[in-house]
Amino acid sequence: MALATFKGGIHPPDKKDIAKGRAIKEAKSPQRVVIPLSQHLGAPCKPIVSIGQEVKKGEVIGEPGGFVSAPVHASVSGKVIAVAEFPNAMGRMVNSIVIENDGKEEWTSLKDNPDYIKLSPDELKEKVKAAGIVGMGGAAFPTLVKLSPPKEKTIDTVIINGAECEPYLTADYRLMLEKSAEIVEGLKILMRILGVNKGLIGIENNKPDAIEAMKQAVNKSPLPPFTKGGQGGIIEVCGLEVKYPQGAEKMLISALTGREVPPRGLPMDVRVVVQNVGTALAVYEAARYGKPLIERVVTVTGEGIKNPANLMVKIGTLISDIVDECGGFKDSAGKVVSGGPMMGFALSTLDVPVTKGTSGILVIPEEGVVHADEYGPCIRCGRCIDICPMGLMPSMLSILSEKGHYEDAKEYNLFDCFECGSCAFVCPSKRPIVQLVRLAKSQTKP
Amino acid sequence: MADVKKEHELIVTVSPHVRDEETTSRIMWTVNLSLLPAFFMGFYFFGLKALFITALCIISSVLSEYFFQKAVKKKLTVNDGSAFLTGLLLGMNLPSSLWSFNPFTIHVPIIGSVIAVVITKQFFGGLGYNIFNPALIGRAFLLISFPKAMTIWTEPTAAFLALDAKTTATPLGILKEDGLAKLIEVFGDKINLYAELFNGHRAGSIGETSVLALLIGAGFLLYKRYITWHIPVSFLGTVAMLAWIFGGKSPETGKMLLFAGDPLIHLLSGGLMLGAFFMATDYVTCPSVRKGQIVFGIGCGALTMLIRIKGGYPEGVMFAILLMNCFAPLIDRAMKADVFGAVKEKKK
Repeated sequence: MALATFKGGIHPPDKKDIAKGRAIKEAKSPQRVVIPLSQHLGAPCKPIVSIGQEVKKGEVIGEPGGFVSAPVHASVSGKVIAVAEFPNAMGRMVNSIVIENDGKEEWTSLKDNPDYIKLSPDELKEKVKAAGIVGMGGAAFPTLVKLSPPKEKTIDTVIINGAECEPYLTADYRLMLEKSAEIVEGLKILMRILGVNKGLIGIENNKPDAIEAMKQAVNKSPLPPFTKGGQGGIIEVCGLEVKYPQGAEKMLISALTGREVPPRGLPMDVRVVVQNVGTALAVYEAARYGKPLIERVVTVTGEGIKNPANLMVKIGTLISDIVDECGGFKDSAGKVVSGGPMMGFALSTLDVPVTKGTSGILVIPEEGVVHADEYGPCIRCGRCIDICPMGLMPSMLSILSEKGHYEDAKEYNLFDCFECGSCAFVCPSKRPIVQLVRLAKSQTKP
Repeated sequence: MADVKKEHELIVTVSPHVRDEETTSRIMWTVNLSLLPAFFMGFYFFGLKALFITALCIISSVLSEYFFQKAVKKKLTVNDGSAFLTGLLLGMNLPSSLWSFNPFTIHVPIIGSVIAVVITKQFFGGLGYNIFNPALIGRAFLLISFPKAMTIWTEPTAAFLALDAKTTATPLGILKEDGLAKLIEVFGDKINLYAELFNGHRAGSIGETSVLALLIGAGFLLYKRYITWHIPVSFLGTVAMLAWIFGGKSPETGKMLLFAGDPLIHLLSGGLMLGAFFMATDYVTCPSVRKGQIVFGIGCGALTMLIRIKGGYPEGVMFAILLMNCFAPLIDRAMKADVFGAVKEKKK
């Protein structure tokens, strides 16, 4: 059978070998953590602690600032020493809470509830909300919002995104190997919340052991009735063609269900909710133990880091601490990226914290870096048009943006671009197409 | 806030942080390379004159680009291979007879190169911004300005060092003036005609005659995915179809006989193969949407046959491509790629 996939896309070298063999390791608890109050898409949190206050691990320190928001929690126990603006990985100044670690690792109360699956959908949703869970694939969209579709939208499928199509990254891969059962449980909870009896787990075919592990976990786990009608549910693990951006929500849905999310639409418009494997795990831990999202797996990788690793890192840990723990840079190191090589952000300083959406820290050697001013004119070769997963004309968007014709760029569906970077990857003139698209988007309105 | 860490100078650039190895200059030089078999056959059939003409075109193209960019203080881009390619293509599109001191026509290829590089390409903004294929504008300019010199064709001698050769007419010229029967007579029989056309042993522009060599180069480009099938197939398909429908003539009355044409003669002769695989596929001057490329190819094919059958010139590939070049931006605009999800939305 042909593997599920979408139209377009690229095949960058996957470079996953660098870190894929490293089992997830608990990172050292840092001396202090910097916890941004805005780690997610949507409204920033309001701080509810003050300087000098003692906090326990898991305690809420920032309350959601609106419906599209998620609370933030202390990831260590200790004393609040600052509430002020600090730079984040994207280079923006964000209001953040700094906690000095007292090393006691004292938790707020965590209770094990093995019967979590019997909780009502609303109770489960409450747990997800309280745990401050956001999409952990990178976009950090508050999970609660995805689990609260308006009444007129019916959902019939939950998809767990295990594609991990970004080269280098192996965090989701390690999770699927080491926490397969928990991820399946997380999926069941999501299915219960949404009253859905179909769950799909999509994994790129370059991770056959992860596919196998997830299949076994699904087979071992009995499926309780989920839907209001009491029908039994079904969970399938599906191999996906190895192609970037297979893990982009719209591409994944198209590959697995054949449904296309309309332009500017949401997955719920085609009756689907997508969650990342890390998110599924967080949902499980929230439902069972009431554990808030205070740590996540971060892949530390790239040719420029001494000891690549997959680390379980406390939110708010500075990237400089993680780099130190991984043995520091090799001499060749030139660029440090937060996230994957396709959509991640290059860091100007290592003193920025890991947030809920940080999937990787990538150290790229200086050799091979394409500098911003080293690009040529568009020769209209059409490569970007061939591979654009959204069916756009990136070449035209870049030319129009370059010349300042931002309004005209809208005619070429500017706002349908989700900046996956495939166009810039294939561009023989090395044009900064993503940058030009962002510029145009910032200069005009949808 | 944190302690000052090792002062590693971090490079900050925009995503994506990995790039494909392909570069514009690698593409250009590869296309240059793919033209070598056809150029070599031109050299083989038309001798040193062919070499001199092509070299002259390449040198004057590269120098024109160099001096223009120096003069207007633009970044020098002569290394990217595109001026070299323009020169090579122009040379391959000229008759070798231009290498002649009596009458003196050595200046003709130089003028063509300057027109191609400076006026057609650089005046419009340089690589990527020209509307028309530079080499073809260069050739069109020469054909109009020097109609006589540009239509003196010599017989292929198959002797490298030959500088003298008898003049003759091209197969398409014979077809237009004297008809199919005469053309077959010149080449002996029909099978021999096809074979000679395929090998390239016939009068014509330096690089256009050997279909075999052109197909080798084109196959290489297709294999490397530097070009796709869309333009060549639609272009050649349209020519074949129209040649079959409208290309026949009644031997008695000389009037058009429908569905009696010989598509093979039309496919194998003139500049069609060179045009369809190497000139119409020029990235800058053809549409970049694949669907649009099919429209573009059909347009090129139709105009080529219109000129060949009804026009004043025996060959129409050059004007066909140039006319379609005008429409390329419009075709792209009209046939914008389908946005993901948009079609399904309408169906609802």
